[in-house]
Amino acid sequence: MSREWPLWEVFIRGQHGMSHRHVGSLHAADAEHAVKNARDVYTRRNEGISIWVVEATQITASSPTEKGPMYDPARDKVYRHPTFYPIPDDVGKM
Amino acid sequence: MYAQMVKSEATKDDPEMLAAFQARIDAGEKIEPKDWMPEGYRKTLIRQIGQHAHSEIVGQLPEGNWITRAPTLERKANLLAKVQDEAGHGLYLYCAAETLGVSRDELTEMLLDGRMKYSSIFNYPTLTWADMGAVGWLVDGAAIMNQVPLQRTSFGPYARAMVRICKEESFHQRQGFHIMMAMVKGSADQKRMAQDALNRFWFPALMMFGPSDKDSVHSAQSMAWKIKMNTNDELRQKFVDETVPQAEYLGLTVPDDTLIWNEERGHYDFAEPDWSEFFDVISGNGPCNTERLNARQKAWGDGAWVRDAMIAHADKKAAPRKAAE
Repeated sequence: MSREWPLWEVFIRGQHGMSHRHVGSLHAADAEHAVKNARDVYTRRNEGISIWVVEATQITASSPTEKGPMYDPARDKVYRHPTFYPIPDDVGKM
Repeated sequence: MYAQMVKSEATKDDPEMLAAFQARIDAGEKIEPKDWMPEGYRKTLIRQIGQHAHSEIVGQLPEGNWITRAPTLERKANLLAKVQDEAGHGLYLYCAAETLGVSRDELTEMLLDGRMKYSSIFNYPTLTWADMGAVGWLVDGAAIMNQVPLQRTSFGPYARAMVRICKEESFHQRQGFHIMMAMVKGSADQKRMAQDALNRFWFPALMMFGPSDKDSVHSAQSMAWKIKMNTNDELRQKFVDETVPQAEYLGLTVPDDTLIWNEERGHYDFAEPDWSEFFDVISGNGPCNTERLNARQKAWGDGAWVRDAMIAHADKKAAPRKAAE
């Protein structure tokens, strides 16, 4: 078997003013090829106006087993949300 | 269905981990590729998603057969778009399977050497233009029955692939029905072709859901894992209930003398397909099994030098950049 084309992750900006969003992945020999394939595979129905591709091996992801230490500390910090601070109605909109 | 008779793999995992995993699924959580999962869950999904992907790819062949002979330029563009979608659907699914630790090329090799299957339906020939109507209407219609509930499947990448596919697929069924509408309003010959296509595709379409699995342990395991959402019989009944009135609208006769509305059940009673034919087809003896596999093997073999050349070119371009780092 020949060497397999590397895997690329594809991100697409759907409309002006939106951020690029992960839509899936595909195989391609290089970045230019990946953009061309992404255009055919992921934008057949006007889904995008801009494409990013990143080789999958270049992505560093957080580990699901670290979910606790990573995200739990944020849970008890409700004072980071505006609703934590009651403001009397008399003050008006704030 | 596009994935037929997928056996769930036995799991020999730690009972506590298994219970915690099942609890996540029962709570409606999605399982993501890096999460812990039972080996059986992983293997069953690879087989199921792989078979689903292969069906999309092989499914291009019976329709590709008519692209150059479509009756009008518009029909040709429609069919081309549909077949192109199927390539895309295969790719979404291969990508979902790859997140489980199998490579694209491995999946392809397993299709080509017969270790993995594709849906029985694509081993039937498409003899006339009316078959393009019947395939879109019945085959895509049956596929949608299965794929809509799979949008809620427990494995995240599979569910997301299904969402994309379902969004695109409803056009497939409608374009098929549209062809049928044109045929039945045409000449007597055209109407006869439409009836003939329905006659040939009705039972193979019913077979797509697979044999009754209400007592199957594999099915029970897959349903507990939410990688199968309904029994084969439920989906088949739903398909018949929705399709019969559509055939009536077309003025075509479903080729089943026993077909009758059962007021008490609120469903149609209908004849089972010939399951011996189904088993014969999935074991390789359908009318087109050899032709389909040969076509895939030829495409893979003929394309090898292109894949190699693209990689060689990419390596060559990357070499000066690497040296400069």
